[in-house]
Amino acid sequence: MTDLTSLTIAEARDGLASKSFTSLELTDAHLAAMEAARSLNAFILETPDKARAMARAVDEKIAKGEGGPLAGIPLGIKDLFATRDVRTTACSKILGNFVPPYESTVTSQLWRDGAVMLGKLNNDEFAMGSSNETSCFGPVVNPWRREGSNTALVPGGSSGGSASAVAALLCMGATATDTGGSIRQPAAFTATVGVKPTYGRCSRWGIVAFASSLDQAGPIARSNRDAAILLRSMAGHDPKDTTSVDIAVPDYEAAIGKSVKGMKIGIPKEYRLDGMPAEIEKLWSEGAAWLKAAGAELVEVSLPHTKYALPAYYIVAPAEASSNLARYDGVRYGLREPGRNIIDMYEKTRASGFGAEVRRRVMIGTYVLSAGYYDAYYLRAQKVRTLIKKDFEDCFAKGVTAILTPATPSAAFGVGEKGGADPIEMYLNDIFTVTVNMAGLPGIAVPAGKDAQGLPLGLQLIGRPFDEETLFSLGEVIEQAAGHFTAPKWW
Amino acid sequence: MSVDATTVRRIAHLARIAVTDAEVPHLQGELNAMLAFVEQLSEVNIDGVEPMTSVTPMEMKKRADVVNDGDIADDIMRNAPATENHFFLVPKVVE
Repeated sequence: MTDLTSLTIAEARDGLASKSFTSLELTDAHLAAMEAARSLNAFILETPDKARAMARAVDEKIAKGEGGPLAGIPLGIKDLFATRDVRTTACSKILGNFVPPYESTVTSQLWRDGAVMLGKLNNDEFAMGSSNETSCFGPVVNPWRREGSNTALVPGGSSGGSASAVAALLCMGATATDTGGSIRQPAAFTATVGVKPTYGRCSRWGIVAFASSLDQAGPIARSNRDAAILLRSMAGHDPKDTTSVDIAVPDYEAAIGKSVKGMKIGIPKEYRLDGMPAEIEKLWSEGAAWLKAAGAELVEVSLPHTKYALPAYYIVAPAEASSNLARYDGVRYGLREPGRNIIDMYEKTRASGFGAEVRRRVMIGTYVLSAGYYDAYYLRAQKVRTLIKKDFEDCFAKGVTAILTPATPSAAFGVGEKGGADPIEMYLNDIFTVTVNMAGLPGIAVPAGKDAQGLPLGLQLIGRPFDEETLFSLGEVIEQAAGHFTAPKWW
Repeated sequence: MSVDATTVRRIAHLARIAVTDAEVPHLQGELNAMLAFVEQLSEVNIDGVEPMTSVTPMEMKKRADVVNDGDIADDIMRNAPATENHFFLVPKVVE
């Protein structure tokens, strides 16, 4: 029997249907891989008993012909998703040993469709980070290394555990969340496919909130088809999230292999940065050439407010975070530090429970919302956000179907290498992805090649609102042209 | 715009985060780096632009104002650091 962990979700689905193996066998193979890969620090909680119980239950259903679309598929869950009776921390000390008495809507839909939970995945604390180094459980290691080097590289963030685990074949797919690039940037760093759906496509209910107007859940997987299979289960209307949209979920998998002939693909000139590495530039041209060869028409487009997206994001996101994170006060759940009075208790609890990056963002958010500064910062940023969205609308109004850009300005970097002196250095990682969150659009990162050191690089496709299907069709063209990339096993 | 040490302490207090004297200069540097970075937004012409309030055009959904959940006090209390019966305990707030 081939190694079960190297199968795609689509292949495993066929194998389970034809009774070549059981979900329990598939699950056990992944539990063993997780155990052998603990040095990557991708899983921060393994749930083998629960996984085996779920696998056994789903095997019985499959035997009766009652398996759902994800029947028997073992998945990893980012620790931002509340999982009933399973510790959920957002990788923050302040949530401590929080055990939710409820299940997030997205994960409940995965279990409804027969998926098996392997455990909880590491992420940047409250999803604030681009390298998974702000987690209270410590950094995640990327399974990819530079050729001829043992230097530990980051998997990107904030969904670093998800990307690392999927790339290292520890789980067949994973849930992730994206507020400024937290699905697409780690996907690009690990040669996986990451989808940030349109705002409102997936319910945010039961996901630990960071910046509510930007947060969106999506899958990380090893192929466009697998990502499409996962998104179909994750998406859908939820009355418990008033921003979730009540429109039917299409069969995303049907978009895989669909012709892209005649599609107009925009190449935004503002994404061509000064000092951009030549290999990123080359990858981008190659991607454009692949889409052209598949019949798409390439057009240069302009998104004039691109350079303002990241600064506007660093007002809007911290402002919303400062409000969302006000709930961590040591009263109803999580950590409590004793204090002289209730204010002292709040202040000590939050000082000791939040890590440095979270403290910094809560403080900047508090400042930009404070009396006298609201108009100069927050209101101005929200107006700039309107302009960023309008750039995309103008572009789509001219008949552009989707936009092709690099996913990240560089390949994965070393643990401890960036952001030590200047937080902005780390923030620049999200320069190509953050516009998509500001405009609420869908985006996908697809592996497209490697740099001179053998590290994966990704391309990003940005679509019209609720047109994830087109992104899967285009992503598949890139996947077929670029091929698959698997990290050589060293762990 | 930039912040001084007094403002850093004031923001920290507003955010209910204790800071030590030793942390203030470092935080001040980081916050000022962020403020300098976002300063470029002042070059954008925002005359007549509406601030974004909803990224997807949608009507606010409403539901009937009825109790549709409840009787889960044990669930709600089970993660609390200090409780008595079905009450959260906090340091004394009324003298």
